Amino acid sequence: MKAELSARMKVTLYGLLCVLLIPFVFPTWWMVTSSFKPISDIFAFPPQLLPQRYDWTTYSKVFELQPFVQQYWNSAYIAAVVTIGTMIISSMAGYAFARIRFPFANTMFMIVLLGLLIPSEVTIVPLFQMFLQAGLVNTHWPLILVPMFGAPSIFATFVMRQFFVTLPVELEEAARVDGLGRFKIFVRIALPLAKPALASVAIFTFLHSWNLFLEPIVFLSSAEKFTLPQALTQYTDAYGGPMWNIQLAAATLTALPVLIVFIIAQKQFVEGLAHTGLKG
Amino acid sequence: MAVAQDHVPSDARSTSPFWTVARRDSLAGFLFIAPQLIGVIVFVLVPLGLVFWYSLHEWNVLANTFTYTGSENYRMLLSDPSIVRVLGATAIFSVGLVIFNLSLALLLAVLLNQRLPGITVFRTLFFSPVVVSLVAWTIVWGFLLQKNGGINGMLLVFGMEGPNWLREETTAMISVIVVQVFKNVGLNMILFLAALQGVPKELYEAARIDGAPPFKQFRRITLPLISPTILLTSIITIVGSLQVFAQIAVLTQGGPGLSTTVLVYYLYQQAFQFHFFGYGSTLSILLFVIVAVLTFAQWQMRKRIVFYES
Repeated sequence: MKAELSARMKVTLYGLLCVLLIPFVFPTWWMVTSSFKPISDIFAFPPQLLPQRYDWTTYSKVFELQPFVQQYWNSAYIAAVVTIGTMIISSMAGYAFARIRFPFANTMFMIVLLGLLIPSEVTIVPLFQMFLQAGLVNTHWPLILVPMFGAPSIFATFVMRQFFVTLPVELEEAARVDGLGRFKIFVRIALPLAKPALASVAIFTFLHSWNLFLEPIVFLSSAEKFTLPQALTQYTDAYGGPMWNIQLAAATLTALPVLIVFIIAQKQFVEGLAHTGLKG
Repeated sequence: MAVAQDHVPSDARSTSPFWTVARRDSLAGFLFIAPQLIGVIVFVLVPLGLVFWYSLHEWNVLANTFTYTGSENYRMLLSDPSIVRVLGATAIFSVGLVIFNLSLALLLAVLLNQRLPGITVFRTLFFSPVVVSLVAWTIVWGFLLQKNGGINGMLLVFGMEGPNWLREETTAMISVIVVQVFKNVGLNMILFLAALQGVPKELYEAARIDGAPPFKQFRRITLPLISPTILLTSIITIVGSLQVFAQIAVLTQGGPGLSTTVLVYYLYQQAFQFHFFGYGSTLSILLFVIVAVLTFAQWQMRKRIVFYES
């Protein structure tokens, strides 16, 4: 299958790839360009691939209509806390399950894995009730605690375990002979070697938290507590219809920074996801 | 004698004290997994127990009633006229999504597995929707799929009149599936690409020498060798498809009628819009059973369809 392709095959292949690319790339293009269009041009016919007239006020309205800076900060810091917390929790648990022999390790691993079968959608009603009793509804705690300990972090633990299993034991044994304790072996030897696995855990966890939608709309009720996905749906007129150009401007502001980081770091991103844990 | 007896334990203590290497390791093991284990118990397993307990109650939050009714909610589930349509929509969505997602992912992976200049640019672009905020992606597709939106505008340029995608039953379901596939197919594509690159090239050379046409090579060599990845991606995709919520909430709100009301969305409506926490819990149990059965079935299928395990 890897034979040299003829020139005609190459042209056909490039053509096919370009056509297939349209639904992947065009929406982002349409989002960015339409966010600059005045509302009168938003449904213009024929469709304007580039804005004919520019309305720069859409972007200032994003910030006028909602506490968008606050909401941006909410999403960013929640995702950061969840990502760092998950990396710590899952690398420790993954390391222990892969490397340390202790009583009931297998039983406990099965208990943890059982959690993978229980997405937070299943437990949303009791979770709401628990956080209500604890006085934590309309705070960010549920959005932090539930992913950090639920299915996403279990998945991360599984990925980390699969990675640590493949690591040669000899490296650690040398350190043990030198008298290093488990914690130091973990921090100084195992963890630095686990960077690729940690990177893919970080990416998965960040995207999961960044995209969370059911939890925010269940747990949060005031605009200054909202996260971005929820905030994006709030740009509506008096009749509940979306104010498209403003909504698309907010969507652009939400999507573009992550997209730019991805394009800069795409090699690590894609190869990290492909070559760690998931394959094992 | 007495002296010697006294001596033995103190000697043992000095060479192997209570904190032996094995004991220290056990303690370290427990401490390392403690946050994860306690977290799973508090935020996953206890809520699962509670959701079952709640499902045995009639619980209306607004009326503040909480009465034990045994299997009443389950009887209600069986006689709920909507549930058949909801499960139907869930099944159509999940099956449609898995088939479309996996076949497109495999096609893209095969195309990207060619040695061509600039192929990584294509890889990056096909993957890019994965990192675009889910609701932003859904909003722009909702905008494109409006009656007078971008897609129908393009169709009209070519003299075709498109349907009102999100307001007709069939096209609404197709729309939510397609939007979801383009969002996440890049993940499966990357997993397939890694699997394809792991297939030994000698096998293809041997097949070529034997005169096997490309399609036969694909069916007899590629598919069996990447079957563990096919299994893994299908489990991830199916379980993920059962959790779809934001796309439905933003694009169709479950409509028109109940045509795109999947189970999670119905559960959300019953529990958080109509405040039936008891019945919502019963629907949660149903969702849990479906996820568990599907995962278990696919895991069992591994023995039958997966020819090779790394």
